[in-house]
Amino acid sequence: MDYFVLVISAIFVNNIVLAQYLGNCPFIGTSKESGVAIGMGLAVVFVATMAATITWCVQEYVLGPLDLEYLQTIAFILIIAALVQFVEMFLKKAIPPLYQSLGIFLPLITTNCAVLGIAIICQREKFTLPETIIFSLASGAGFLLALVVLAGIRERLDLARVPISLKGTPLALIMAGLMSLAFFAFKGMAS
Amino acid sequence: MITSSVLVLLGIGFISAVILAVASKLLYVYEDPRIAQVESVLAGANCGGCGYPGCAGAAQGVVEGKAGANVCVIGGDEVAAKVADIMGLEFASTEKQTAFVDCTGGVRAEETYEYHGVADCRAQHMLYGGNKMCPEGCLGYGTCVTACQFGAIEIGPDGYPVVDPNLCTACGGCAQVCPRGVITIRGMTARITHLNELTDCLAPCRQRCPGQINIPRYIEQVSRGDYAGALETIRERIPMPLSIGRVCPHPCEGVCRRGHVDEPVGINMIKRFAADWEMNSGTRLPISCAPETGRKVAVVGGGPAGLSCAFFLRRLGHSPTIFESMPELGGQLRYGIPEYRLPNAVLDWEIEGILNLGIEVRHEHNFGTDFTLKTLEEEGFEAVFLGVGAWMNMNLRIDNENAKGVETGTEFLTKVGLGVDTGIGKKVVVIGGGNTAIDTSRSSVRLGAHVTLMYRRTRNEMPAHIEEIVGSEEEGVNYLFLSAPKRIITDDDGHVTHVEYIKMELGEPDASGRRRPVPIEGSETLIECDTVYTAIGQKPELSCLYDGSGTCTLEETRWRTLGAHPDTLQTALPHVFTGGDMHTGPALVITALGEGRKAARSIHQLLTEGRIHYSSQLQRELIPYTMFTDVPDVGYRRRSELPHQIECDERKCTFKEIEGPLGLADVKHETCRCLRCGLTCYNRDLTEGQECLAEDCVKNP
Ligand code: SF4
Ligand code: SF4
Repeated sequence: MDYFVLVISAIFVNNIVLAQYLGNCPFIGTSKESGVAIGMGLAVVFVATMAATITWCVQEYVLGPLDLEYLQTIAFILIIAALVQFVEMFLKKAIPPLYQSLGIFLPLITTNCAVLGIAIICQREKFTLPETIIFSLASGAGFLLALVVLAGIRERLDLARVPISLKGTPLALIMAGLMSLAFFAFKGMAS
Repeated sequence: MITSSVLVLLGIGFISAVILAVASKLLYVYEDPRIAQVESVLAGANCGGCGYPGCAGAAQGVVEGKAGANVCVIGGDEVAAKVADIMGLEFASTEKQTAFVDCTGGVRAEETYEYHGVADCRAQHMLYGGNKMCPEGCLGYGTCVTACQFGAIEIGPDGYPVVDPNLCTACGGCAQVCPRGVITIRGMTARITHLNELTDCLAPCRQRCPGQINIPRYIEQVSRGDYAGALETIRERIPMPLSIGRVCPHPCEGVCRRGHVDEPVGINMIKRFAADWEMNSGTRLPISCAPETGRKVAVVGGGPAGLSCAFFLRRLGHSPTIFESMPELGGQLRYGIPEYRLPNAVLDWEIEGILNLGIEVRHEHNFGTDFTLKTLEEEGFEAVFLGVGAWMNMNLRIDNENAKGVETGTEFLTKVGLGVDTGIGKKVVVIGGGNTAIDTSRSSVRLGAHVTLMYRRTRNEMPAHIEEIVGSEEEGVNYLFLSAPKRIITDDDGHVTHVEYIKMELGEPDASGRRRPVPIEGSETLIECDTVYTAIGQKPELSCLYDGSGTCTLEETRWRTLGAHPDTLQTALPHVFTGGDMHTGPALVITALGEGRKAARSIHQLLTEGRIHYSSQLQRELIPYTMFTDVPDVGYRRRSELPHQIECDERKCTFKEIEGPLGLADVKHETCRCLRCGLTCYNRDLTEGQECLAEDCVKNP
């Protein structure tokens, strides 16, 4: 039951972009087309889960015992950067079309605060390893959900008559804001 | 503390480095270094207009040979040149392409229902096909406008999209979203090679024109005074507006929608006006050609079909050579059509313009004797167009047909065309009822003969064009209808003195729908004459196709013409094409010109793509739902008439051109009469959206 609440909270109540406001740059950058959005979302799910798991282990077995918690941020960034490089190589070899359609967005994950944020939240909340895995997976899914919904809206907006000055990113930001408001309806459902 | 911090960070860094090093070994993917180079010179917008997912994908496409150097739709020639440089290719500037709107419907098309819920063309299209009666035309909600990333399209004052060619990058965004196929991306090549399709905006006149000329467009251009633009429109389909403007029997006018209100628009007169305007100005308008491909094509026959095929091949970048058996080019236009209809000077000027594009000609070369398909191949010609026309005359199959003084109409007209002695007598009988018979009669009158034209049916059934029949009557040609020759009577020298003919009456209709003439027994009569010209039909001379052993690799049809695929004009030999009279049998000049373009299109596709293709939606017959005869809200306006240059008496003794061009005021009036039809829409009088509001036009009925 706790896991279920954890999942609901990570996806809807504390959605990493719409409630925590992390990862806005890839959120706007890759939400122009649903195809790309799905690819990017899945990549984030994968990287976030792996990153949170590995960083949990590093924190638990290296930084914690050595009393070096203050190195958390820099160590996590290092680990995530290496991980993304690894994922990039892997995709290039195994799924070239996905690699191509992600283009420059995959390296963007390296500096994606959403991934780092998920890893750090897991530590702050003192999750166990299974909880960390479930939470990071669900948070990634929350990111994927937000991204796909925004991409769907933007595809329609592209063909709508809107003032030129609002076209593109400005309108996407307004939409993200409205979506965020909508997600506030989930507040209180789970902590 | 500090030491352990440094050691921990170094440790994490080291482990990561080792893992990445191992991974880079195991997951190594060879990437052509050119991909990165190409990607670095592309525009970098990741717009996807090229059809690849972003610039990286496009670069890979280029290196794999799937995309050309011009892959980047917004980079233009500059980027293409850089890509070509990286790939070691030669770069020739590419032809400019733009979005091309071929629908003039807009607010003029009738609305069948109004639905304002979803202002999106695609939604409208899904809902019962949209709010316009025309199933193909523009819906006017401007989905294309919003789809254009470059702001190149806007909805014009008439409610249909207008493209700004300077902003258009030909990315195809608009064409992709338009549910009606109203917008296509086209450059010159695509416009030349396009065959009419059922989904095009085809006015009735355009459907009927064998040359597929965009008639409403050039009429509209003439109405705006844009004569150069009009000629460009015409030359996208036919190379000879001067000749066609004079000799075409304008089948288009027969179906002109205006004809249901008063009289058809004088389509051909307008064409002639534009063409004469260029000739009289003395300077030739530039005709654009694609960059040279260096591919050699042999065009056998320098008549209308051959000239047209060579013209379009040249415009598509190839190097055609025309082989002509006569001393001069022009075929039936020169040797079949008399000067009073098409002066040689005009024809010469027109042909010179075509040859100026860089077409080689070899005169007095006979196919089958001086050269063959085999020798052409040996000379490096990659494709051959056969268009030798239909010069062989049908026989009367009566006694003494070969008597002295009996000749075929085409032989006579050729002699007139060559300017040699025809040996014509004083009393001439011409047998036949088609245009050749009339041309023969009217030429004979001009050479001082007394002419009787004998035809076995009545005047109503004559295949000749009515204006020609009236002209011949004015010039004093006598008619003997319902009469068929039975035998030729000669004197002791074997020279014709009389034709014995039998009277006919009309019986039941035959396969052609015309009533079959039946002889009236015992009604034989003699008519005195010293010359007889027969003009009862022609067919192509196909013996040139047979080799020494009497075999022929090409197919003959049962009408004794050369068999070919009706849409591609490819014969049984893949690299040999045909067109014009040799393929259709004797037909109109405009049909031959149209076939020349069709064949050039096929040859172009064969040479550049290795295969010939065409849409399954080709328009061949008139489209029934567009042929309505009830044309409300259009007022009566008189039709302009071509002025006669010379009076009737003078006509009988000179070959001077009879008809002159329309004057400027008449042309304006005539262009205003055009309803600018689409498939079902047309300009109504004084309704919103009517394009021709020129003052004199409305006031001057
Ligand atoms: S061209 Fe097509 S997309 Fe544009 S307004 Fe017309 S129907 Fe709509
Ligand atoms: S009115 Fe104009 S567009 Fe319509 S059929 Fe006649 S010539 Fe063609």
